[in-house]
Amino acid sequence: MPDANLQVPIGPQHPALKEPTSFMLTLSGEKIMKAGIRLGYNHRGIEKACEARTYIQDLYLVERICGICSHSHATAFAMAVEECAQLEVPRRANYIRSLVGELERVHSHLLWLGVAGHEVGFDTLLMYTWRDREVVMDLLAMLTGNRVNYGINTIGGVRRDVSSEQKLKILEGVKVLEERTKYYITVATEEVTLAKRLSGVGALSHDDAVRLGAVGPTARASSVPRDCRKDDPYAAYAEVPVNVITDNHNDVYGRTLVRCGELMECYRLIRQLIENLPEGPIAVKAPRKVPAAEAFVRYEAPRGEDAHYVKSNGTEKPERVKVRAPTLANVQAVAHMLKDGYLADLPIVVAAIDPCFSCTDRLIEVAGSARDGVMTWGQLREYGIEWHRKRGVDFSALNRNFRAGENR
Amino acid sequence: MEHTLAGVLFHILIFPGLLFLATMALFAEYVDRKVCARLQNRVGPPWFQPWADFIKLMAKENLVPELVDRPMFAIAPLVALTSVVTALMYIPIWKSSALYAFKGDAIVVLYLLSIPTVAFFLGGWYSRSLFSMIGAARAITQLFAYEVPLVLSILAPALLADTWSLSELTKYYAAHPLHMLFNVIGLAVGLLALLGKLERVPFDAPEAETEIVAGTLTEYSGKLLAIFRMAISVEMIVGGSLLAAVYLPFGLNLGPEVGFGLYLVKVFAIVCLISLLRSVFARLRIDQMVTFCWRYVAPVAFLQLLIDLAAKGLMKGPVGP
Amino acid sequence: MTKAGKMLQEVLRSVGRKPATVRYPHVKVTMPADFRGKLAFDPAKCIGCKLCMRDCPAAAIEIVKVGDKKFEAHIDIAKCIACGQCVDSCPKDTLRLTGDFELAQLSRGKLRIVIQPAPGPEPEPKKPEK
Repeated sequence: MPDANLQVPIGPQHPALKEPTSFMLTLSGEKIMKAGIRLGYNHRGIEKACEARTYIQDLYLVERICGICSHSHATAFAMAVEECAQLEVPRRANYIRSLVGELERVHSHLLWLGVAGHEVGFDTLLMYTWRDREVVMDLLAMLTGNRVNYGINTIGGVRRDVSSEQKLKILEGVKVLEERTKYYITVATEEVTLAKRLSGVGALSHDDAVRLGAVGPTARASSVPRDCRKDDPYAAYAEVPVNVITDNHNDVYGRTLVRCGELMECYRLIRQLIENLPEGPIAVKAPRKVPAAEAFVRYEAPRGEDAHYVKSNGTEKPERVKVRAPTLANVQAVAHMLKDGYLADLPIVVAAIDPCFSCTDRLIEVAGSARDGVMTWGQLREYGIEWHRKRGVDFSALNRNFRAGENR
Repeated sequence: MEHTLAGVLFHILIFPGLLFLATMALFAEYVDRKVCARLQNRVGPPWFQPWADFIKLMAKENLVPELVDRPMFAIAPLVALTSVVTALMYIPIWKSSALYAFKGDAIVVLYLLSIPTVAFFLGGWYSRSLFSMIGAARAITQLFAYEVPLVLSILAPALLADTWSLSELTKYYAAHPLHMLFNVIGLAVGLLALLGKLERVPFDAPEAETEIVAGTLTEYSGKLLAIFRMAISVEMIVGGSLLAAVYLPFGLNLGPEVGFGLYLVKVFAIVCLISLLRSVFARLRIDQMVTFCWRYVAPVAFLQLLIDLAAKGLMKGPVGP
Repeated sequence: MTKAGKMLQEVLRSVGRKPATVRYPHVKVTMPADFRGKLAFDPAKCIGCKLCMRDCPAAAIEIVKVGDKKFEAHIDIAKCIACGQCVDSCPKDTLRLTGDFELAQLSRGKLRIVIQPAPGPEPEPKKPEK
């Protein structure tokens, strides 16, 4: 057996992680004694970039923070700007926004089921759920014009309308998906190897979930009934109420059940939204210059509570945009869940919070630095190279095999 | 022919040795991947994919990390491959006696089949990489779990046939085909133990892709990786042949062509069964796997042993010493 | 009540079914109507207001005046994210998104397209492709 306390780095590159994060584990045999988490590998400077673009351009930029929760970010941003500009979004637009939001939730949860299956070695579940995910992606392509990054929002409403044939197609698609989801629920609850891998793993008690600030299905599986659609209704959710699905297993199995329950709830909501779709315009005209104001908006993304803050200053461009993604709230809980667990459980525990580190990596604070000021891109590059050189990294060895001209 | 130098070389290198086994192994890998794909509603790779993978790997650069213990790193795959190829020499394929049969060769075959696992352990351990060391440790832990059921599953029919030689065993069962029915439970036990030996889902922990990158194979590349992967595929063929010889020895006295054809059918049926099991289960954690083997599989293997002892007693009874 | 191999029936049934994989590119895939693919520009309708340039999030389109009331569009397909904001912003319905999504090219130069207006009464000097 390896030495008593082994330091194993999981990440930033690791087959278990879909996006780069660094977990520094202290292992004793197969048991994890301590887990340290470092974020920041996916930081792209989106919040700063938002300040240099107009509101309408920012809508598309914010949408691309994440591929799976793209509609969540875009809608939250649009709602924040509409609040700053004091626009009243028409009812039909709100319903269409909620419809696309629920379809996105279906897409995200089906994807999660597949990923969870893959992390425990159950590739068949991955293939089947992702095959069924194509149904919802085709529906979204028909509704919005693209399979991901839907671009259906605009400041003041939505850009596209839903026709009656599209409504019929959505209802057909939802019927197929509902049947398949019922089958996956039976597989998740009855398959013995899955139950062994998912039960008793990643335990998070109710009090810990509240203390660590968990959101979304992670919290709801520990009996914490937090759901922004119920606590703080936005879009059409005031008129079409949501049943909050909770579970008391407090572990990964509970999270699986919560997500499967939410899938069934989504199908019910989609049907209700389509049946009660009100007539009317789909957008109001939005001013280019938004008066000075601040707005804070919460949206229930598939992963949990997504918070957007927008500060406007009377010009075409926002003064400050801040995004707090749900994974940032859940990642503290992960460190707690990994302690006293097995190394073999790390992939499924991390996957159970449905991590989206692209959403999460926003601002990085350099603690204890005496440096102040602004660096240009070139200066930042020089600084990085010098920093590594001081620590003994020899750059000449790295580019040895590149022939001239091949290195772009 | 069998005991001249040219004969021996022919048997080791061509048939049923290296060339035959390599072809069968690559074809079996194709069957496994294709069956798995069809069960998952996908298309799967074309027939030449395993050959293409093998040739590509042989042509790639062999990257050996600095900290590695070079001799052990290079020898481990070769040891794994040669031991499984040697094991096939003692397993009856197209007729009731194997090529180099002798008394007690069942024990030798079991021993030779456990060498690849030790080779995985050594290769992973001397790779000195964290992930490969964890994979190596898991491979040896798994050996402790499935080895007893595997040995018992070969022991029980051997006990009934009153011999330690695989060739005598097949002759006995070819002569008394109905006695195979006593061993049905043993076939299930043998199959599960074989899954453990081959490190396939659900007993996949030493090679868990999402947890420890690739386990033992993490630091291997190029020719050594090609040889290791070939050893794994050949192990599947040899394990399947062993199970076929011990549990399905019918048709072996119908002449070499028919016997060989039936042998191919049996081995590929076992490969398809392994693919099916791979598709319907998730991966068990290493501690769950050990508990499962000791709590359920080993007692059933003992049960099979008792059944065979009782059957032997009953059959000898009326005749009596 | 747990059982082993719950998915057994379903996987065995799949053997008889056609695989779910689409053998692209041997089998062509058509996208639904209103799919947001490659940008198309009608030079006859353009009035040169440049609202599309102002609203484009990726700075992918440039309108250049080449004559009296004649404008050409320089579109960088590599930068275009096919959001369709230019289509919405244009007051004259000049732009539209087609369903063409197979946009890969082997050289970057081919991704910058120039759409010129039809030659008018006097011959225009031809602008070279970038």
